[in-house]
Amino acid sequence: MFCGSRRRIVCVWFPRLASDGALRARPLEGPFALTLRQGNAERLHCLNRAAEAAGLFRGMALAEARVFCAALQTRPADLHREAQLLAALRRWATRYSPWVGLEGEDGLALDITGAAHLFGGEAGLLADLRARLSRAGFTACLGLASSRGAAWALAHHGEGVAPPGEDLAAIAGLPVAALRLAPETVTALQRLGLRHVGDLARTPRAPLARRFGAALLDRLDAATGAAPEPLTPGAEPPRFALRLTLPDPIGLVADVQAGTARLLAALCARLAAQQTGARVLRLTLRRVDRDTQEVELRLAAALRDPARILPLFTRGIEAVDAGFGIDQLRLEAVQVEPLPAQQLGTTTAPGDPARLGDLLSRIGTRIGLENILRLLPADSHVPERGFLTAPAAFSRPASGWNAPRPRPLVLFPPEPVTAAGSTPPRTFRWRRMALSTARAEGPERLAPEWWFDDPAWRSGLRDYWRIETRQGRRLWLFHTPQAPGWWVQGEFA
Amino acid sequence: MSDTPIPGYPLRPGRVHEVCGPGAPAFAAICAAPGTGPVLWIREAHTREALTPQGLLPFLDPARLLIAQTRTPADSLAVAEEALKDGTVPLVVLAVTRPLDLREGRRLQLAAGAGGATGLCLIPEGMGSNAAETRWRATPRLAPQPGPDSTPFRWESIKNKSGTTGAWDVLWEPATHRLRVVSPSRE
Repeated sequence: MFCGSRRRIVCVWFPRLASDGALRARPLEGPFALTLRQGNAERLHCLNRAAEAAGLFRGMALAEARVFCAALQTRPADLHREAQLLAALRRWATRYSPWVGLEGEDGLALDITGAAHLFGGEAGLLADLRARLSRAGFTACLGLASSRGAAWALAHHGEGVAPPGEDLAAIAGLPVAALRLAPETVTALQRLGLRHVGDLARTPRAPLARRFGAALLDRLDAATGAAPEPLTPGAEPPRFALRLTLPDPIGLVADVQAGTARLLAALCARLAAQQTGARVLRLTLRRVDRDTQEVELRLAAALRDPARILPLFTRGIEAVDAGFGIDQLRLEAVQVEPLPAQQLGTTTAPGDPARLGDLLSRIGTRIGLENILRLLPADSHVPERGFLTAPAAFSRPASGWNAPRPRPLVLFPPEPVTAAGSTPPRTFRWRRMALSTARAEGPERLAPEWWFDDPAWRSGLRDYWRIETRQGRRLWLFHTPQAPGWWVQGEFA
Repeated sequence: MSDTPIPGYPLRPGRVHEVCGPGAPAFAAICAAPGTGPVLWIREAHTREALTPQGLLPFLDPARLLIAQTRTPADSLAVAEEALKDGTVPLVVLAVTRPLDLREGRRLQLAAGAGGATGLCLIPEGMGSNAAETRWRATPRLAPQPGPDSTPFRWESIKNKSGTTGAWDVLWEPATHRLRVVSPSRE
């Protein structure tokens, strides 16, 4: 479709992307650099213009740089932030053309074929791009050509515009490094006396291919437009956020509900298109006085049915202080989970997972989803750690329980009883009740887990007894032989 | 001997019942045993006593149990009302720590009626609500012979809005998951 010479590609190179980004957030005067730890040394990663003017360069050791320039101010570099910044710039650049891809770690490539006239021609587009970037605080070098290779060469070596079909003429005078070659290849070519792209283009191809391999000629062909080089636009990740700005502030609960319903319908349509469901939703209400109020909704299961989600917002919206009125609503699905389309059943029996999920969400809006618990087996012989409690919304029911010996139904922190000796007491007092032993089963000796320092188990070994009292209560007593004493820890059914 | 029916048991669905006494948790577990659906157990987070899944094994599969921990008694009541009204959970057990007034008891009763679920309040002695359908006192009893193959209780029906009251000695048999009435107790 876009054959060679018709394409027009802009390459934008940000020579100081990281430092420009850091200084945009917190401006500084004077020489500045971002440092990155490489191996054992802090090295300069990205410098501003003042630092470059002081004679510093990228890759220089920080200690050395301080000697050259005592006024140097530094901050640690954050490569992840840098990548995010470039991704944000890429998204911004889609204002010029829908076909924008990343060019390495510090550049963008825009396919502006057929889009330049919207900005008053190519010159107008470049001027607009440059003006906006410099106003935003970014140093940018622009190159425009019919091929991606030539645009890169122009952007990185002195900027410029190659007229359509004259790529080779435009870059003939540039050094061979402009062809995106490996440094050793560049050095080898220079030793052969091939210093410029033009020299290389005039050289017979066969000896070059024999000496340097096909990669060199591929690069040359890509730059001259003889071989096509694709430009992959960045994928636009689905965004599950919507906002509604109102001409007049609102304050009634019903009005906010109505606005939320409108946003929710659109959001759920988006979720359905992506086969996902929301797990956490956040409704941000901006008030006239620029204060924001947030309503967060955590769901027990992924959901994308507006009719089921909306009632869950009621409680949160009622608690919002509208002040002088709300003029913007923003709804965002903070956490989404895959939710493929499902066969609809005709029954809604009790215990139906969807209905149970709804119920848990509703209860969760009141007491918090993490307070609805489920018991899971745990691998420990210590009674109080023989099971785990996990939030029901974030865990699956598990089986695999085993109780080789009867265990009490109710467990509580040990309560002392007055008794002596290592055999179960004939009579004892517990919770102000006088109890007498009818039957005792035991002992079952449990040792503390030595790898886990539990203060409750500092008294050492425990001999557990199941005591049936004449009064009826069936209690779980233990004796600590290493620190003599009797305790009650649980009650059997 | 075994098939003497107890008036009011099994608990009537769509109503809220109460149980007090030291055997109350076991009573709730026995009530939950026949079903297969989830059981919601609501308790306040600050209580010291915890249910153990190993102790529940003779009665029901611990995977069926959902525990809701609340901060205040009002939250407990609200959660119970929500769950009863929904009816997805067939049995809702609510551990009560303060006396329920008539209004609260009635609300729970209406919610249970709307959803068709059974509610069971574990109440401290003498803190029931007049709205309850039945009220029980469950106390463990000393087994006549040793062995864990059956667990004896005494169940007293203190109040029954639609039947007679009485007291029974019952045995829970974990192997067969069956409640056996030993004899109507005469005391």
